Amino acid sequence: MDIVTEIEREQILALLREGKRIDGRGFDDVRPIKIKLGHITKAEGSAEVWLGKSRVLAGVKIQVGKPFPDTPNEGVVITSSELFPIASPTFELGPPDEQSIELSRVVDRGIRHSSAINRTELCIKEGEHVYMVLLDLYILADHGNLIDAASIAGVCALKDTKLPKINIPESGEAELLEDTTPLKMGPPPLTLTFAKIGSSIIIDPNLAEEKVMDARLSIAIDGDDSIASMQKWGTSPFTRQEVIDCVERANKIVKKIRTQLP
Amino acid sequence: MSIHFEQQDIVVPGQLLAEGDYHTGEGAYMEQEKVYASVIGLAKMKGKTVYVVPLKGQYVPKPRDIIIGNVVEVTLNGWLLDFHSPYPAMLPVMHALSRRDATHAKDNLRRYYDVGETVVAEIIAADRTRDPLVTTLGRGLGKVRGGVLMNIIPTRVPRLIGRKGSMINMLKSELQVDIVVGQNGIVWLKGNPARMEIAQEAIRQIEREAHTSGLTDRVRDFITAKLTEQNGEKNE
Amino acid sequence: MSDKKAEAEQPLIDAKGLRTDGRKLDELRPIHLEVGYLSRADGSAYIEHGKNKIVAAVYGPRELHPRHLAQSDRALLRVTYRMATFSVSDRKRPAPSRREHEISMVLRQALEPLLFLKMYPRAAIDVFIMVLEADGGSRCASATVASLALADAGIPMRGLVAGCAAGKIDGKIAVDLNDIEDKIGEADIPLAMSPDRGEITLLQMDGKLTAAEFAQALSMAENGIHRIQEMQKTVLLEKYAQIRETIGDEPDVSPEDEVFEEEPAKEPAEEPEKPKKRAKRIKTEAKETKPKPTKKSTRSKTMEAQAKK
Repeated sequence: MDIVTEIEREQILALLREGKRIDGRGFDDVRPIKIKLGHITKAEGSAEVWLGKSRVLAGVKIQVGKPFPDTPNEGVVITSSELFPIASPTFELGPPDEQSIELSRVVDRGIRHSSAINRTELCIKEGEHVYMVLLDLYILADHGNLIDAASIAGVCALKDTKLPKINIPESGEAELLEDTTPLKMGPPPLTLTFAKIGSSIIIDPNLAEEKVMDARLSIAIDGDDSIASMQKWGTSPFTRQEVIDCVERANKIVKKIRTQLP
Repeated sequence: MSIHFEQQDIVVPGQLLAEGDYHTGEGAYMEQEKVYASVIGLAKMKGKTVYVVPLKGQYVPKPRDIIIGNVVEVTLNGWLLDFHSPYPAMLPVMHALSRRDATHAKDNLRRYYDVGETVVAEIIAADRTRDPLVTTLGRGLGKVRGGVLMNIIPTRVPRLIGRKGSMINMLKSELQVDIVVGQNGIVWLKGNPARMEIAQEAIRQIEREAHTSGLTDRVRDFITAKLTEQNGEKNE
Repeated sequence: MSDKKAEAEQPLIDAKGLRTDGRKLDELRPIHLEVGYLSRADGSAYIEHGKNKIVAAVYGPRELHPRHLAQSDRALLRVTYRMATFSVSDRKRPAPSRREHEISMVLRQALEPLLFLKMYPRAAIDVFIMVLEADGGSRCASATVASLALADAGIPMRGLVAGCAAGKIDGKIAVDLNDIEDKIGEADIPLAMSPDRGEITLLQMDGKLTAAEFAQALSMAENGIHRIQEMQKTVLLEKYAQIRETIGDEPDVSPEDEVFEEEPAKEPAEEPEKPKKRAKRIKTEAKETKPKPTKKSTRSKTMEAQAKK
């Protein structure tokens, strides 16, 4: 059972009032990041990422499919995630719940609205065949802020992706060949998440902080420093100024994270 | 009759420990005159009893154990505690309040213990066929406020307490920190923040090295070194 | 994906009698094991068996939800086997397939006979297995890794289960089939057992074999399982041995500082506000199963707390 004890809540709040965090970090410190690329050989791209102790395995599978009718000359990039119970005693089997769906969608939007991948380059034959890049995120350990961990794992797996060449016979289905080229990718979008606890706003909340947070704001910053997507979560409000400040902080912090990416 | 281990050997489930006329204790079982380990742990023999002190495992409630639990539900006639065990504990009003308080309490039990609050309790009944019953009536029992909570692997609690409390008393006297250890692996600490941090580190060390000997001395050395370090910082 | 026809014609054993990955007929693929692989599970393990990469997490014994599933005399063991979408060449659909449901069932039945479930009536023991990358014999490797995770969780068990397949390729009996041997070979027998007691707990077979070939394959798989079991034991002990080694601990113990008391002295909780005073044991005449009568005169901490309010 994952309940928040009063003792934990008081401890976190008391520390925040002194400008401290329960794990000793500063308000703008992201936990250490560790990245392992290409571990899964059957995936066209893969990355295992640790954000502190939170741990996500991302894998990419490539398929050939029909483009969406409104974008006949663009390939498709779809992100999904699953909170399988290996990652936390509180995750349950069954159809994806709110948390799992939100995670997929927030990471998906960050990547979808980024200009890192040029979708027209994923078009094989307009209106008929395009590359489908299917990014799946599996959480291996939930120690808080899965959104940012999944976002880093996702873009790293894309970065690792080898696009198979395609053979389209006169009749029959398109076939993926052994021959590959790297998936072209510009500076990737990264999602940064702030937690609001009382009146303090901190980046990259750990599990304990997440349990007591009142609200959360995720901001995806694209490779060109523009904002690619946002998501506010929780019933507590942010002020206008707080949101503006978060964007500014995210812009600074994202640069530090970029230097750690492959 | 033969023994297949040395005292304190670490053994794995299914490992043959002894053959012949022996008894089995915790962590061991007998099949056709042979004693095997059923858990990973330290194999031991006392008299004719062969047993294994487990290194991992969930806490299973036993009567008279002191535990620390968190209130997860307030019911009509008491409280439900989560205490990291396969079974939630029942704390009925009659075992939490005096008779006089109990008669007045019916209207609002949350006034006494609310969801999310932490209590030290003693198990009074636990037979695994129904949820264990606990009491908070007694010295040292009841709500704890402030401080910090830690979780350790419950099977390593005996090591944190030590022979007749030697380890835990050493921690308390060296560091002047209040510590309550629940048999279920939840530990509550309160005191000076810097010294509490040392205590937490020491507890982690005890947990990690529970299966080793000479631990009390190593922990004492660690604490002394840390205290000297802190005093040094103060004097600078 | 790539030429299925060419695959079917490919020889599985070359002129030297070696298999596609260079192994002899009775040789296992490389196996790597880790325990305590997942930080939030009560017990966990990881296996690389050939190209199989599989993790297992164990929770419990824990409270069973929904409660109506509870069994009054034993714990409920639940096993879920799942494959990551990218674990196979053609992306697997995220929803669990019939194959995954079936393997979950046979794995549960492979593990259950080894567990002392009666020690934990009404509770649940949950095993979650995730195949991150699949090769031939993933259900056998799953049995091996799940059994390790159960041991790592400290779940009482009669012994470890290990899994290994054997089968027939190019007319010969071989152990531990890889992906392609599994796909185009003549027969495959996934097997899991507790080798020390000779108990087979998982057995499936598909293909075509004579009774004599089956018997030969069975002993080959059993032989493999014995070797895998030794690796399991080694990896379980390794973690603790390493800690002993780094601190230079000698296994022989002086009586002054014995590792774990026979009957661990129980520390009664102390008065939180008065740490110096040692709390007295609450005396009880009552039997263990009866609620203990509390003395009226005992002034409880609760009451003190109330008085302060």
